[in-house]
Amino acid sequence: MKWLYDFSYLTRAIHEGLSTRFEPGTVVILEMVLVGITFMLLFALLGLVLVYAERKVSAVIQQRLGPMRVGKWGTAQTLADVIKLLLKEPLINKDADKFLFNLAPFVIMIAAFMAIAALPFAKGLHAIDFDIGILYVAAVSSLGVIGILLAGWSSNNKYSLIGAMRSGAQIISYELSVALSLLTIVVLTGSLQLSIIVESQANGWWIFKGHIPAMIAFVIFLIASTAETNRGPFDLAEAESELTAGFHTEYSGLKFAFFFLAEFANMFIVAGIGATVFLGGWMPFHIGSWEGFNAIMDFIPPIVWFFGKVGFMIFMMMWFRWTFPRLRIDQLLTLEWKYLLPINLMNIVLMAFLSLMGWHF
Amino acid sequence: MSSEALIIFFLGGVVMVGAGIAASTLLAPKSKNPLKAEPYECGVPTQGTSWIQFRVGYYLFAILFLIFDVETVFIFPWAVVMKKMGLAAFIEILIFLIILGLGLLYAWKKKALKWE
Repeated sequence: MKWLYDFSYLTRAIHEGLSTRFEPGTVVILEMVLVGITFMLLFALLGLVLVYAERKVSAVIQQRLGPMRVGKWGTAQTLADVIKLLLKEPLINKDADKFLFNLAPFVIMIAAFMAIAALPFAKGLHAIDFDIGILYVAAVSSLGVIGILLAGWSSNNKYSLIGAMRSGAQIISYELSVALSLLTIVVLTGSLQLSIIVESQANGWWIFKGHIPAMIAFVIFLIASTAETNRGPFDLAEAESELTAGFHTEYSGLKFAFFFLAEFANMFIVAGIGATVFLGGWMPFHIGSWEGFNAIMDFIPPIVWFFGKVGFMIFMMMWFRWTFPRLRIDQLLTLEWKYLLPINLMNIVLMAFLSLMGWHF
Repeated sequence: MSSEALIIFFLGGVVMVGAGIAASTLLAPKSKNPLKAEPYECGVPTQGTSWIQFRVGYYLFAILFLIFDVETVFIFPWAVVMKKMGLAAFIEILIFLIILGLGLLYAWKKKALKWE
């Protein structure tokens, strides 16, 4: 069972197993294909689990039961939905720009796929460990907005256009806050590499070690990343009460499903980055010198810790969505430019001061 | 894995969406009907094209974003070396952020942040 605590045993075993049977060149290609298939399965699984979770969480908040019919407690509901969407006729609006219309789901999914490459899931389970990890994630995850703008513009539908424009303004605005709140922690770690950031939290998570500035940064990150993934209360890109479905009004069938999947995948990615930078990634929770307590915490495998933290962050985002009323576009931009951004800039100075005086742990 | 492996993530996105759309085209029923190709605007006939000039307010925020995004790019290397450089880095970022803060204040006073 030691591979559960350090996945490099597993990856090395696979590498050696393949090396004994194939040429070195073939091994590289086979490993890449294996990684690709693993991540595609992860995406499919994320879609299935998160859509179900979203519906159940909303049901609990609204005192309903949610999906109950398909499978035990409705667990197969999402699978049934996928089959339904697969069998829907793909329609294209006659005035639409056909090429861009079809390109949009590709762009949005490629952005999500490339962003997830940098996430450290557990010890030794890290697809690509960039030395500029945070910069890379901030850069790639914002490519998704191009897909949204393409979808809205090419549909030739006014609802789509308004939704896409709102979404563009919103995502680029809140991207600043996401990057700056992550940088607040980078001041302490002195590295952008996600694996080093995780290692630096072995004796305590940054949200606890970084005092008040780290907590302010975490709150800002939570707000800004909710906005960046276009989720309620910031979902005015697809405000169904005014814009039908916003930028994906004209999409049907599986193309629509990919927009939906990308939204959930992006939610997972920002939750993963937040968990890695603020909540210690796959590091277990330790309290100072409580040896017994720490030993029990160490017994829980890192991958469980990671998914637990990500699940916690995703639950918070779902909670926001189903309890807060939707903002207007002017309120949304005011919140970012007049509150979050100035607070963030001051917070980063405060953190630098703290680091200078050595007042963090 | 090294960063060349990124290509597989790019291809992963292409394959997943491509395979999905291909499967859907094969499996889904098709029927021709000119009404199906109408834009969906809640039953009301569409007035004109929607490829129009859009309101300038969004453009203003795009410009503001450009300024502050470049600023964020400058803060990235600073944040990495802050701990090693100590006081000098702190004073420098203070000057940098004061100038930027003045810029934000200017935009604020010029009502560039006001949505109307």
